[in-house]
Amino acid sequence: MTDTVIPILVEGLRKRYGEINALDGLSLRVEHGEIVGLIGPDGAGKTTAMGTVCGLVRPDDGFARVMGLDCREEGQRVKEHIGYMPQRFSLYSDLTVAENLRFFADLFEVSSSERRERQERLMAFSGLAPFLGRRAGALSGGMKQKLALCCTLIHTPDVLILDEPTTGVDVVSRSEFWTILRDLAGEGMALLVSTPYMEEAALFDRLILMHRGRAVASGTPGEVRSRFGQRLLEVTGPGIAKARERIVGLRWPGVDVHRFGDRLHVVHDLEEEDAGIREALARVDVRVGPVEPTIEDTFISLVTHSPEAAG
Amino acid sequence: MKGRGAGMEGVPTASMSAGDVAPGKYAVLVQGLTRRFGDFTAVDGISFSVERGEIFGFLGANGAGKTTAIRMLCGLLAPTEGEAWVDGFPVVAAPEKIKRRIGYMSQRFGLYDDLTIQENVSFTGGIYGLSRREVTERGDLLLERLGLKDYRRRLTSSLPLGFKQRLALGCAVLHSPSVLFLDEPTGGVDPLARRQFWDLIYELADGGTTIFVTTHYMDEAEYCRRVSIMVDGRVVALDSPARLKQQTGAGTMQDVFLQVVGR
Repeated sequence: MTDTVIPILVEGLRKRYGEINALDGLSLRVEHGEIVGLIGPDGAGKTTAMGTVCGLVRPDDGFARVMGLDCREEGQRVKEHIGYMPQRFSLYSDLTVAENLRFFADLFEVSSSERRERQERLMAFSGLAPFLGRRAGALSGGMKQKLALCCTLIHTPDVLILDEPTTGVDVVSRSEFWTILRDLAGEGMALLVSTPYMEEAALFDRLILMHRGRAVASGTPGEVRSRFGQRLLEVTGPGIAKARERIVGLRWPGVDVHRFGDRLHVVHDLEEEDAGIREALARVDVRVGPVEPTIEDTFISLVTHSPEAAG
Repeated sequence: MKGRGAGMEGVPTASMSAGDVAPGKYAVLVQGLTRRFGDFTAVDGISFSVERGEIFGFLGANGAGKTTAIRMLCGLLAPTEGEAWVDGFPVVAAPEKIKRRIGYMSQRFGLYDDLTIQENVSFTGGIYGLSRREVTERGDLLLERLGLKDYRRRLTSSLPLGFKQRLALGCAVLHSPSVLFLDEPTGGVDPLARRQFWDLIYELADGGTTIFVTTHYMDEAEYCRRVSIMVDGRVVALDSPARLKQQTGAGTMQDVFLQVVGR
């Protein structure tokens, strides 16, 4: 593994399925030791992008390279460098944890001495060691995801691609899973990971917000938040139900109100609207003040207000 | 207090044994509810109440007993011990009455993939014994509000996940239930669809429907008026998100959860 090679490099990827542009000029890169997040709605192209990097999808245009190898032309060699965990990773539920690991080691032609050494390490850091003899089908959801991850790591890949690995997994297991991902990045691995959990977004080194086959924003979580092109007011206090009625009653086209438990978030475009909103709420028992947008706010603002989104 | 409960709509007077509380006052009232499977105690004597019109978050780690508890509250599984009332009716004595008063939607949605949107709605209406007119009136209203009206002839299998989710919600509330159980309703759904979904949930709650929701999204936990957290079959925390954060000194519900559940 040389440090000069970019582990994952994607340039101008395009892929069309009939009428649908699954990928529409996507570019991205992931460096050694980096965890990059792909975030976007269903159908944004996340899974197609990952499939292209894994050499499973042939792009119409552009290229994807893994460790300097072209994913289309040198697919077989690329696979040796990649660990890929699809959304529905198939473990053999009738086989034990140890048998699953052996199966994937055989699949990737890992020698038995190498496998033993690797297995020991994987079991130690995933916390699965006490469960080697348990059937995969009898593991909890979080443990299954960890076993799936271990199976994708058995051949010591340079690049790890995980498609929504934490969906349906509880907070505690998710937090443990992230500790493992951080350890892997610390060893120099390059990770490309998709997630629907916005609270995980802040954990990535860099984020790519995808919409309609392209990146609508990318950068560190802070940089992505700075792309929020609108204004955001937070309304709190006992009168939020009344406040909501008042704001909706203004019928201003660019103004959106969302409720989050005991608060309202009012998204709007223009500075002038700010005074109007405050005035409408003057006699309601609430506090009004600007707040920093979250990544979710930014994402929703970009996909609902970008010119491409209108079409 | 029994006398007060007796006057409440739908509360059977004879079977009440909730001590000082009138079950009819609450959307959900749970007292010492327990379920054992052989040696394993899945739900271990939980007690709490949910007020009418409240959005109540029912949280816990995978395997903490949430789904078992919900199945008992929906009248699908008999408790080993304890009692619960939903919309004033006891789950043990009147499970069939409860099924008509609740709506249920899970992450698996329970839709018929080879039926159209309209057919799914009509079919659901039939199951709940609604008249054709009721199905048409309420169904049209719901499909309009859910943004599905223009797609009613589309086959369900061809819909994006966010659409299926909204359709599942529509089917779950077609019979105007007083309590809506949502078991991880937004799993795998993207942020935009999730936000739209919650806008609908607030609308339902404003209309008086009680929402009982489980989720692994801790930002959604913040959307609830109160949340409970289950660990190993027991409710170990229950309060508003703001107060739980205060009590634990945590900044987010994620941190609250990790502290409370952390192994």
